[in-house]
This record gives sequence, C-alpha cells and structure tokens, in this order.
Amino acid sequence: MRMRKRLVWTASGTAMGVPVSGALASGWNMPVGVTDLSRDIHGLHMAIFWICVVIGIVVFGALFYSLFRYRRSRGAKPSAFHEHTTVEVIWTIVPLLILVVIAIPATATLKSMYDASDADMEVMITGQQWRWRYEYRGEEVSFISSLATPREQIAGQQEKGEHYLLEVDRSLVLPVDRKVRLLLTSDDVIHSWWVPELGVKQDAIPGFVNENWVRINEPGIYRGQCAELCGRDHGFMPVVVEAVEPERFDAWLAERQAEAAEAAMGLDREWAMDELMARGEQVYGTICASCHQPDGSGNPPVFPALAGNQALLDDRERHIETVIDGIAGSAMPGFANTLDPAEIAAVITYERNAWGNEAGDTVQPSAIAERLAD
Amino acid sequence: MASHLPPKSTTQHSQPTSAGVAAEPHSPPGGLKRWLLTTNHKDIGTLYMLLSLAMFFIGGLFAMVVRAELFQPGLQLVEPEFFNQMTTMHGLIMIFGAVMPAFVGLANWMVPLQIGAPDMALPRLNNFSFWLLPVAFTLLLSTFFMPGGAPNFGWTSYAPLSTTYSPPSTTFFILSLHLAGISSILGAINIIATILNLRAPGMRLMDMPLFVWTWLITAFLLIAVMPVLAGVITMMLMDINFGTSFFNAAGGGDPVLFQHLFWFFGHPEVYIMILPAFGIVSVIIPTFARKPLFGYASMVYATASIAILSFLVWAHHMFTVGLPLVAELFFMYSTMLIAVPTGVKVFNWVTTLFRGSITFEPPMLFALAFVVLFTIGGFSGLMLAISPADFQYHDTYFVVAHFHYVLVPGAVFAIMAGVYYWLPKWTGHYPHLRLSQWHFWLSVIGVNLTFFPMHFAGLAGMPRRIPDYALQFADFNMITSIGAFLFGLSQLLFVVVVVMCVRGGEKAPARAWDGAEDLEWTVPSPAPLHTFETPPEFVPRQH
Amino acid sequence: MSGGSYYVPPSSKWPVLASLALGAMMVGTGTLLVFGVVGMPVMVVGLLAVLAVMTLWFRDVIHESRGGLYDAQMDRSFRWGMGWFIFSEVMFFAAFFGTLFYVRTFALPWLDGEGAKGVAALLWPDFTASWPLLEPPGEGIEGPRDVLSPWQLPLVNTLILVGSSITLTVAHEALKEGYRTTARHWLAGTVLLGLCFIVVQGVEYYEAYAHYGLTLQAGIYGATFFLMTGFHGLHVIIGTIILITILARVVRGHFSRDDHFGFEAAAWYWHFVDVVWIGLFTFVYVF
Ligand code: HEA
Ligand code: HEA
Ligand code: HEC
Ligand code: CUA
Ligand SMILES: [Cu+2]
Repeated sequence: MRMRKRLVWTASGTAMGVPVSGALASGWNMPVGVTDLSRDIHGLHMAIFWICVVIGIVVFGALFYSLFRYRRSRGAKPSAFHEHTTVEVIWTIVPLLILVVIAIPATATLKSMYDASDADMEVMITGQQWRWRYEYRGEEVSFISSLATPREQIAGQQEKGEHYLLEVDRSLVLPVDRKVRLLLTSDDVIHSWWVPELGVKQDAIPGFVNENWVRINEPGIYRGQCAELCGRDHGFMPVVVEAVEPERFDAWLAERQAEAAEAAMGLDREWAMDELMARGEQVYGTICASCHQPDGSGNPPVFPALAGNQALLDDRERHIETVIDGIAGSAMPGFANTLDPAEIAAVITYERNAWGNEAGDTVQPSAIAERLAD
Repeated sequence: MASHLPPKSTTQHSQPTSAGVAAEPHSPPGGLKRWLLTTNHKDIGTLYMLLSLAMFFIGGLFAMVVRAELFQPGLQLVEPEFFNQMTTMHGLIMIFGAVMPAFVGLANWMVPLQIGAPDMALPRLNNFSFWLLPVAFTLLLSTFFMPGGAPNFGWTSYAPLSTTYSPPSTTFFILSLHLAGISSILGAINIIATILNLRAPGMRLMDMPLFVWTWLITAFLLIAVMPVLAGVITMMLMDINFGTSFFNAAGGGDPVLFQHLFWFFGHPEVYIMILPAFGIVSVIIPTFARKPLFGYASMVYATASIAILSFLVWAHHMFTVGLPLVAELFFMYSTMLIAVPTGVKVFNWVTTLFRGSITFEPPMLFALAFVVLFTIGGFSGLMLAISPADFQYHDTYFVVAHFHYVLVPGAVFAIMAGVYYWLPKWTGHYPHLRLSQWHFWLSVIGVNLTFFPMHFAGLAGMPRRIPDYALQFADFNMITSIGAFLFGLSQLLFVVVVVMCVRGGEKAPARAWDGAEDLEWTVPSPAPLHTFETPPEFVPRQH
Repeated sequence: MSGGSYYVPPSSKWPVLASLALGAMMVGTGTLLVFGVVGMPVMVVGLLAVLAVMTLWFRDVIHESRGGLYDAQMDRSFRWGMGWFIFSEVMFFAAFFGTLFYVRTFALPWLDGEGAKGVAALLWPDFTASWPLLEPPGEGIEGPRDVLSPWQLPLVNTLILVGSSITLTVAHEALKEGYRTTARHWLAGTVLLGLCFIVVQGVEYYEAYAHYGLTLQAGIYGATFFLMTGFHGLHVIIGTIILITILARVVRGHFSRDDHFGFEAAAWYWHFVDVVWIGLFTFVYVF
C-alpha cells in the first residue's frame, strides 16, 4: 500500500515536473528577447505564470485532497456546513491583492511601451497583402520585403530549409542601440507586425497609423510573422529584422540611397523587351503572383485571370491605369507608391507577353515616370 | 426511435375549451409533425440538443481538417483559402451551432422542471426560436457552394477583410447570423419570462437552483448583446452592398470601430457560453458530494458580477490595435477583476467537496474535470489580460489554447456533465456506466493532448489562423493533431452512450441520484410530456 | 404567482412556417444583393409569407385571448416578453448611437491629427475634421454638398411624433375610462400622425438625394444619417402597422377597461420609437 502510494506520488510529481521544466526550456517558452521591453514583458509573463502555478497547486491540492479523503467508498459521511463569511471575505480579498501586485509592474511596462518620443529615427511599415513595405522616413530609402521560401518547399517537392517560411528577400535593417520609432499602417486589410524577440506586435490598420518603438540591444537576425488574419497568404508574410552596429547601418543606408538614385537615372533610357521581361518576371513573382497566380490564371471570380485576358491586352491604357491606381473597392491595390516606374513598366510588359499573351509591345519606364509625375 | 422518447400524454390538460379557437386534434400530432409543430418544452429541448450534437460534429469535422493540414509543416491537403474557410466555419458553427443551442436545449428541458412550471412562458415562440436555427445553419453551410467559397475571415470577421475583401457569400453569412441572432433573442426572452413568472408558488428567486439563476443572467446578457451583433453585421452588410463607409477611413469611418462593436458583443458572448456551465456544475457537485453548495448566495452574486463586468472588458481582445494608453489600462484592470468573482466560484466548488461524501458517477467526473481544466483556462485568460504580455500572446496559439480550455473542457464538458446528469430524467434509463467512463477518460486525455501543447506553440511564436508553419513548431502540432483525432473519435462513444440510453438500460427511479435535491427529481423518470400542470407547492430548503 | 393552470397552446404550424418564410426572405434578399434581380421575387414572396404567417399567428393569439384562455399570469408573461423585446431594440439602436459618438469623438479627430492617435494625419494631410462631415478624407469619396437643417422637416417630424405619443396616451386613458369611441378617434389620429411622419421622412430622403448630395455613399455622415434615420423609419412603419391592427381591434370592441394588453404593448412600442427619435433629433440633426 505504502509502496503504491509513493509510486503514485512520484509518478504524478514527474508528470507535473516534466511539463513545467520543459516550459522553461527555450523553444517552449516566450523568448527573453533582445530589448529592455521584451525582457520586462518576459519578466511579467514569468511572474504571472508562477503566481498561477502556486494558486493552482493550492486550489487543485485542496480539490484532490477532498476527492481522495472524502470519498464515500472510504466511508465518508457528509457534513452539512455551508456559508462562512470570514472565509468568503478572505478568498475575495486575497486574489484582489494578488492582482494589484501584478498590476503595478504591468502598468509601468505598458507606460514605457507607449512612450515612442525622442526617437533617433523613424521607419514607416506598411502592410500589404501579403508583404511588408519599409520606408526609412526622411532618408529616401524604401523597399518591399516578401517571403523568400520557394513554393516548391511549401508544396513539399523540396526539402524545407532551416528558416522555412521565416525568410524574406530583403530584411528590415536596423541599428542597435538607437531608438527607432515604428509607424505602422496598411494599404488594404489589417495586418500585424510581430517580432517576438523585439517584444513588438502592433496592428497595421488601413487609413490609420499606429506607433511603437524599439531599441535593440544585440546585433542579430530576428524573425517574426504577420499576426493578424489578412487573407489567403496570411501565413506567408514573414518579418525579418537584421540588427547591425550603428556604423554598419549608416553605411548600409548610404548604399541604399545611392542605389535609389541610380535607379531613378535608369528611367530616361529605352529598355529592351528582354530586360523588361526579366525584371517584370521577378516583380510579378514576388508581388502579383500571390493573387493572380504564378501562371497568370488568377482565382476567379475574385482574382481575375491575366493570362489569355484578351480584353485587357486590347486595352493597354486600362492595363497601365489598373496597375498604377488599382481598382477601388476591390483587393487590387494601386502600385504607384509601392513600385518604382521601371518595375511598373516591367511588370506590365511581362503580363502582356507572358503565358501565351502576345501583345508584343513594351511599356517604357519613362512613360510611367511621366504619368506618375502628373 | 420516436417510441423511445418521452411518451405522449393522452390527456391534454390545457386543450382550449372555449369558442373561437382553431379546431385542433385532441392529442398532439405524431411522427414528424409532432416535432415540427410542437409547443412542448421537452420536445423543443430535445430538438435543440439534437441540432447541437449535429453541429458539434460538423464543426468538429472542420477542426479535423484544420488539424490534418497542420499535422506537418507544408501544404498537404487543402489550399490556404479553404483552410481559412475551415477555421472560420469551425469557430462559427461551434459557438453558434453547438454550444449555444446546447445550453438553450438544456434550459428548455430543465428550467421548467426545476422551477415547477408547466412549460415555457411562451411555448409557440419557443418553437419559432428553435426552427430558425436549422434555417440559419442551412443558409450558413450553403455558402460553401457559392462562388468564392464560404466566409474566410475568421469568426471575428474583422473589417475590411470581411467587407471590401470578402467573398460574395459574406452577405448570406450576415443574413444567416441575423436569423440565429433573432432565435437567441427570442429564446432568451422566453427563458426570462419563464423564470420570472412561472416559478412554483413559494419559490423565491433565492430558492432557485443555480442552473436557473445562471440562465436568468445569461438570458439578460443575450438580450443585451445579440442586438449589438445584429447592428454591427448590418453595418458590414451596408459597407459591402450599399457603399457606406463605416469601416473605411477614406470616408471618415474606422476599421477599429468594427472591433469595438464586435467585442462589445463578443466578450459577453463568451460568458454566455460559460455561465450556464457554471450553473450545471454548481448543481452536480453538491449532488455527488451529498452536501449543500457552500455559498449559494455568493455564487449568485459572483455570477451577477461576472455578467456586469463582462460589459466593461471588451477591448482586451484589442490590446494591439493601438488603443490610447488610458483605454489600455482601463481594460487591463477591468479584465483582471473578473478573476475575483470567478475565483469565488472555484473556491466554492472546492469547499463544497470538502467533508462531503463523494462518489464519481459520470456527471461528477465531467464536472470535476470541468473545475480543474476550466481553471487552467482561466489562468491563461488572466495571463492574456496583462496587456504588455498580451502584446506577445495575442493572435498566437497561446490564445487558441486559452479559449479551447474554457470552451471544450469548459463549456462542452459541462454540457456533457449535464447530459449525463439528466439523461435518466429524459429517458428513464441510466447511461451505460463502463462506456461513459471510457468516454470520460478518453476525452480528458484527448483534450489535454490537443490543447496543452498549443500553449507552447503559441509562446514559441506560432500565430493562429495559418495553414503552414515554421519547422520549430512541428512537434507541438503533431501532438496536438494526434490528440485532436483521439478526442474527436472518442466523441463517437458519446453518441453510442446516448443512443443506448434512449433505447434502454438500467431503469432510473424518479430521484435518479441519491444526493439530488431539486424539483425535477420529484417527477417520474422519464418525465412525462406534461409535468407540473398544477404548480407544485415548493418548500424552501435552508441554504 | 397564481395557482391555477397555465395555458399551454396546442401544437401550431405557425412557428415552423414563420421560420421558413423568414428564411426565404433572407435567401431572397441575399440573392438580390449578390446575384441580382433573380432574388427579388423570392424576397417578396418571403416577405409576404412572413406577413401572412404573422397575421394568422396573431389571429390565433387574439382568439385565445378572446376565448378567455389567458389568466393574469399569462398577461404577466406577455408583459415580460414585450418589455425585454423592447430592451433588445434599445440595444440595437445603442450600437448605432455608439457608432455615431465613436466616429465624432475619436475617429475623425484622429484622422485630423488630434488626440492620442493623431499620427493618422500622416496619411491624410489635407483633411480637417468637422461635423457634419462635408469632405471625407479619401479622394474617391464625395461628401454631401450640404446637410438638412434640423429646424425644417425634422422639426416638423419631431412635433408629429411627440404629438402622436400624446394622442396615443389620450386614447389609452380613454380606453381605461371605458370611452371606446373617444379611444378610437384618438387612436386613429395617432395612426394618421404616424403616416404623416413616414411621408415627411420620405420627402426628406428625396430632398437629401436630389438636392443635397446626401446619400448612403457620402462618407460617414451619410452612412450614419441613413443608418439611424432609416432603421428608425422602419420602426415607425412597423409601429404604424401595429397601431392599425390595434385600431381594428378597438373598432371591433376587443379591449376592455382593464384587459387590453395588446393595446398597451403597441403603446410601449410606439413610445419607444418616439424616444429613439428624440435621440436622433438631438444627435443626428441638431448637434
Ligand atoms: C467560455 C469562454 C471564455 C471564458 C470563460 C473566458 C475567460 C477569460 N478570458 Fe477569454 N477568450 C475566449 C473565451 C473565454 N474566455 C475566447 C473564445 C477568446 C478568443 C476570441 C478570438 O479571438 O477568437 C478569448 C480571448 C481572451 C483574451 C484576448 C486574447 C488575445 O486575443 O490577445 C483575453 C485577454 O484578456 C481573455 C481573458 C480572459 C479572462 C481574464 C477570463 C476570465 O474570466 C478567467 C477567470 C478565471 C480564473 C482566473 C481562474 C479561476 C480563478 C481563481 C482560482 C482565483 C484566483 C486567481 C487569481 C487571482 C489568478 N480571453
Ligand atoms: C465551443 C467552441 C469550440 C469547440 C468545441 C472547439 C473544438 C475544437 N477546436 Fe476550435 N475553435 C473555436 C471554438 C471551438 N473549438 C473558435 C471560436 C476558434 C477560432 C476560430 C477563428 O480563428 O476564427 C477555434 C479555432 C480552432 C483552431 C485554430 C485554427 C486556426 O487558428 O487556424 C484549432 C486548431 O487546432 C481548433 C481545434 C479544435 C479541435 C481539435 C476541437 C475539438 O474539440 C473538436 C472535437 C469534435 C469532433 C472531432 C467532432 C466529433 C467527431 C467526429 C466528427 C468523428 C470523426 C472524427 C475523426 C475523423 C477524428 N479550433
Ligand atoms: C491582393 C491581391 C492582388 C495583388 C497583389 C495584385 N492584384 Fe491585380 N487584381 C486583383 C483583383 C481582386 C483584381 C480584380 C478587381 C476587380 O475587377 O474588381 C485585379 C485586377 C487586375 C488587373 C485587371 C484585370 C482585368 O481584367 O481588368 C490587372 C491588369 C492586374 N490586376 C494586374 C496586377 C499586377 C501587375 C499586380 C502586381 C504588380 C497585381 N495585379 C497584384 C488583386 C490583386
Ligand atoms: Cu498580413 Cu496576416
Ligand atoms: Cu474576452
């Protein structure tokens, strides 16, 4: 009997212990993160977790004790006691006090999360179905960041890489030790920009702007995902932040600025069909394919096919207009602010000449640039 | 099957005798017509329970599709588009089709019996409330066959994904929700009128069984918030079809306004799904502990406090949408407060067990599992309430784990406890003991295997509503899926038990459980179609 | 709590038919909105069926009531039922009033750069908040050219509706005193005022669309304006139909001095509609 009892206790002890110690192992628990705030949040998380564990042990302990001790099969006779004001007052007040104890640090943490003042720099983050656009405000640098995992890996035709679904073509590069104010908005539906190790999750609401901020303590690559259901490819909208030393960041930014200036120059010249098609295929693949499908077949009735869309091929003007301005009231966004003129020209050219479409004409970046200037 | 259901009474007590009433046959119609045309609260209760069971299976099937797709990383079975439809419809069907109708069904059966009333206050309206539901859910399920498929924006339907960017079927989804909403409102009105007006002579409000009390308060919540849901989905309908701009900043509206209105409904809604569960458990535990509930009055006050607080906490679902700091603080504090009255309930249950004389019949097993597992779900709820931490938890599987703990081993287990508890009253037979025990243990194991690992997946960073995930979440998901299949399959046992119990089994006396005290145990088992035609004299028990 | 036996109606076909009819109406409406006019006939048939079933259902209720099957306890059930139903309607309108206040006190100032969420103005540099909102933030959305003055038709309608509440109360008092004919006249007057309200509202809508550019599509002002006045108008129409039914019953001598809950329920509803209007007049038109 004794043996058995001890066995039961050990077994249940292990049963309790394994998940608890497991929970504290990394990969099972909330990451501590690399910002002061993420550490505070983690601290709060652990504090409330342990409080719950303790309350749980007390409550469940009393419960299982009663179940065991007052079984009828053990001959327990029911007593009829009920209502006891002191006890009731105690078990109202004590939880209340516990809550106050948690509320105090929670309030402090929340206040600092809301204080985005005195930032060293600002990044505007715009969600789009299903990618992110980053704009370093006042620096003339902006780019789009979308999923880099090949479709073959998703479909299971290729071995999945280490950072499956958490890799992008261009990451957001941020300096460490500088306070970065994040401004979030969206072009279409609500998205949510989340990087667990930065302790930042903030919704991007179309038509409104949300603020948050981050000061990263350690260089590294931090991965996250869109955290608000935003349509079909919500699961394929990762965030990757590359935190680098401030000097490296400044150099990187200068490089990007030079690149942008160069791209602006390329507008004057005449682009060849091949060149446009190559660039266009790339743009189409990262941006348009999510809705219109890689083969241009769309997903009617919501997403129209572009392949074999004769009406569209016949109306070049409408094609250009649609891509620049989008179609109001539908999921089709305008790309005037998202893509540069060369990219717009290239993708239109591509659509008009790929998948058996044979418009045969090119759309020149200079023409698009002119239209955008109006 | 019909022959195993409660026998029809041969004499209709209340047949209209006076002139002017449309000629009716003197006994209620038989066969299908009996069920279509019934005004009897027990028949209608049965209909609700059957509908709920069917919906539980349909919603469960959708969950199985979700779990099968998530068994491994990568896209295997379904397209992301369809996955989103599965998630959305699973949530909608489980909430509006399985849990809510189950509680209404239990109320229909048991509230009149527990207060000594001959029927519901407005019996024809009662039947109307029921039949709206099959119509509503047929319409809802038909959206699968429309171009663009079923709703795919989550049960929370956030604008503008659910307006500008939604499939054409959304309009039908809105209209079907209107029907379900009308049903809930009318059903709730009926329950309130019954409780307030039809109690047996001598029964004061503070003498009512707690199941009745919790339903009284739930009905109030329903009437207060279902119209708000109706209002907000109407605004969706107009944004979609009439070009209004309620949820569109370009016209001066705000997508976040949708969320405020939705959660003003949505949070009380989750308590609508748990308060009757509290009631059931508060009735079952004293029965099998053979000891009165420790604090009857404080249970009533706690329930009322939870209901009142539930109107003040809605934005805890919106901590990351960018609320002003004061709002964030207010909603954090108010949400945390709910732990206090809920704690009162948990402590009461435990204290009721203390120094009782406890046995472990199937209803008691489910009720006990409820106490433990609901509390775990409540703990994670409290963690979510800590706004700064919720910035990390929000929209991850940690939330999914939280709400399944309160909903599945919470609401659903309470429903099962109630069904096991009252089956003898409904059918005259005890449910098969061995099979019930198997059902219980498989369910408990399955439910924890399914939902416990979700906490870890969420903390490790897995967002919800995604059809595919990064490799580090693979193990948790596989365990969860296995648990889900186990839990799902064990529900087939439940059906077996219920069917067997309807068809036969050990005969139950009027007082089927020796510790049971309430009025329903004074009528024969199975309860005849008409009970308490003349109100019973109620003698209050000392609480 | 009375001791006697409570009236439980025999089985009835109206509830099932009512839900089918309502379902048909919803299917028709949805089809009309999504797939085009093919839905129209279904919707109309559904609506007519709903009305027909309700008529027949209420006929049964009236017969039972006339047949003396309802006791005081039943009367209380009806009272609770109607009272809570009106409460649900209150909450329905509360959602709309909440919308109005939210937009005016939070959303618009934020878009204009005011308050805690003022950063939103980054996206709408040219926008200035005002109420009534004549120029919505977005390019594509045309605001109303002007808004209706509260002191013309809306004031007339306020007087009509307040007046109708008074006439209805007079009719009720008369009924309670047993003056049937007086009651009938004042009730008929109430119905007439209800009809006047509907007509005036119709004229106002016409004006709004034809001369003011105030439409459903005219930004949030148009949206809230039509949402709130529209649902209110719908309730006036329903209320008027109820009053007409009650009038017909008064004419037939259905109500007695102390047993006329049908009348009272209609009156409660009407007063509720009136109170909502006062709210609308204040917050939609005047302020
Ligand atoms: C039956 C349904 C139900 C119930 C009862 C609850 C109960 C609670 N819920 Fe839950 N909740 C949901 C259903 C439910 N919830 C659903 C469906 C969602 C997700 C919706 C969606 O997005 O799809 C959700 C989401 C949700 C969120 C949003 C998370 C997010 O999206 O980021 C939050 C945040 O505060 C929350 C909090 C709580 C709290 C504090 C309680 C409290 O009521 C719990 C109180 C209970 C206890 C605390 C345990 C017992 C108490 C004691 C033993 C006393 C002592 C304890 C202490 C002092 C710690 N819930
Ligand atoms: C009361 C409500 C309720 C109930 C009972 C359940 C029950 C279950 N839920 Fe529920 N769930 C919700 C309410 C509920 N859920 C809500 C509101 C959401 C959010 C939706 C949203 O994001 O919009 C959600 C979301 C949700 C998700 C997240 C989806 C996502 O984010 O993409 C998952 C994932 O695992 C899940 C799983 C399950 C499982 C496995 C069960 C199981 O308990 C189900 C068990 C039942 C059965 C399986 C049916 C019976 C058995 C058979 C049909 C026999 C055949 C069985 C087999 C073949 C195995 N649910
Ligand atoms: C978020 C989804 C989405 C993305 C991304 C998207 N589109 Fe579209 N597109 C749509 C939808 C939806 C329509 C149809 C709108 C309508 O007609 O209502 C559409 C329509 C079009 C049309 C007009 C087709 C016709 O027959 O009129 C063209 C051309 C087009 N898209 C090109 C593009 C290009 C080029 C890109 C990428 C640079 C792109 N789209 C990216 C959703 C998208
Ligand atoms: Cu973007 Cu989810
Ligand atoms: Cu909530």
